[in-house]
Amino acid sequence: MTEPDGAAAAIERIYRAEYGRVVASLVRRFGDIDLAEDAAGEALLAAVERWPVDGVPPNPGGWLTTTATRRAIDRIRRESHRDAKHQAAHMIEDDTPHEPTGIVEDDRLRLIFTCCHPALAPEARVALTLKLLGGLTVAEIAQAFFVPETTMAQRLTRAKRKIADAHIPYRVPGPEDLTRRLGGVLAVVYLVFNEGYLASSGEAPIREELTGEAIRLGRVLRELLPEVPEVAGLLALMLLTEARRTTRVAAGELVPLHEQDRGGWDRGLIAEGHALVRECLAVGRPGQYQILAAVNAVHTDAPTAADTDWAQIATLYTQLQSLAPSPVVQLNRAVAVAELDGPEVALAEVDRLGLSTYHAWHATRADLLRRLGRSGEARAAYDAAIAATANEAERAYLSRRRGSLAP
Amino acid sequence: MTQYLLSVHHTPDDPILKMSPEEVQPYFDATGVFNDKLQAEDAWVFAGGLHAIESATTVDGTGAEVIVTDGPFAESKEWLGGFWVIEAPDLDAALAWAAEGSRACGAKVEVRPFQSE
Repeated sequence: MTEPDGAAAAIERIYRAEYGRVVASLVRRFGDIDLAEDAAGEALLAAVERWPVDGVPPNPGGWLTTTATRRAIDRIRRESHRDAKHQAAHMIEDDTPHEPTGIVEDDRLRLIFTCCHPALAPEARVALTLKLLGGLTVAEIAQAFFVPETTMAQRLTRAKRKIADAHIPYRVPGPEDLTRRLGGVLAVVYLVFNEGYLASSGEAPIREELTGEAIRLGRVLRELLPEVPEVAGLLALMLLTEARRTTRVAAGELVPLHEQDRGGWDRGLIAEGHALVRECLAVGRPGQYQILAAVNAVHTDAPTAADTDWAQIATLYTQLQSLAPSPVVQLNRAVAVAELDGPEVALAEVDRLGLSTYHAWHATRADLLRRLGRSGEARAAYDAAIAATANEAERAYLSRRRGSLAP
Repeated sequence: MTQYLLSVHHTPDDPILKMSPEEVQPYFDATGVFNDKLQAEDAWVFAGGLHAIESATTVDGTGAEVIVTDGPFAESKEWLGGFWVIEAPDLDAALAWAAEGSRACGAKVEVRPFQSE
């Protein structure tokens, strides 16, 4: 702690990692999200003041929670004239006894179910989760979703007011609702991940922040719900996708899977993802995230693109189609069919889907037409794909492919 | 405990509005069963079904003189058909009641918390 900048950065890192725990613990205790956030902020100021002098405490998360709790109690005392009102505005008090261990984790799980409650607008669920569990600032969340900061602040304020006014509960749903409600939580985490991943050509730092945050939330859920295979499936899916991130764009241009430098893939993340895929599939309760993770495991298992087990991938997409039918799944299956049965068979399947507003549909058609030597039609399909995507790296790639077509 | 307003909203194309009295009867019966259940589980505060929207009269007492007009407050494509006021520990419990009530009466139900003071 001799270097002031290093100290500040270390405190910032610890605070960010511990923020969700601190806020969740205080929300449980005081039933007031704003109070919890303010007190966490005050605890950070105290840490910035004390830690460079006293050193970082052995349990920084516990220190931050204790300090924030004291600050919250001070504030409640100071504002005791408001107390009656305050009590009335409280969320549901939870009177289940504190467990001797693991209650802090439990608090975060409760809070994420509150943030992802179906009575909140989907965009508010994402923003609240990033704010309360991820510790991102309003400015960061606004920037990540390309909305003005005031809009994002209003969105968060409205959501927090609804949680308080409508008494959205602060608890993990009972077994009868858990699967459905957990689906909503996983969807929010995957949305955060994709928001960071799919548009990663834009403002890179914040984008990486989002994929990193989604993976961190995925790890928290995995730690809290180790027995739910879809939770492991989602984490595996994100890890196996993230493992390829640095090879996905080169010189501002999107690099498709079969052209990526496989030596640049993150072997550590791949090994972790593969282990999770094996583990969750062994449970025998397949779900969409597990199947998508398995597809990614097949890709990342192949030493070269030519070694890809396309039959396995086609089988997995067939399974996914029966579980969660969608034309996008059929489109992905058609890509595997092209490798197995040739581009002509695949093109017939793709043309049946008619996803004319989806850039990947046009891009897939373009590639199949190119392989069939139908250059004129391929050119038109590349044009349609370029017009349908706003992602600069993808446009650059598609434009180059279009330019390399035979006349 | 919080009190919630569960309001039943109708639109002109609600299938239940086009049904014969015999076809509507099961919905009345189911609503009666639902009301009994609310009372048995101490969630009941008050409830009522309203006459058709044509029976409405609007009164404006905000000015110097009271103005009485035939018809609803606003010509609208949706109107209130009836409501329940219930007491529930939290929104999840209220939403579960609303789902049951909506199924019973055959219309959409809006859930809103009452201000606590």
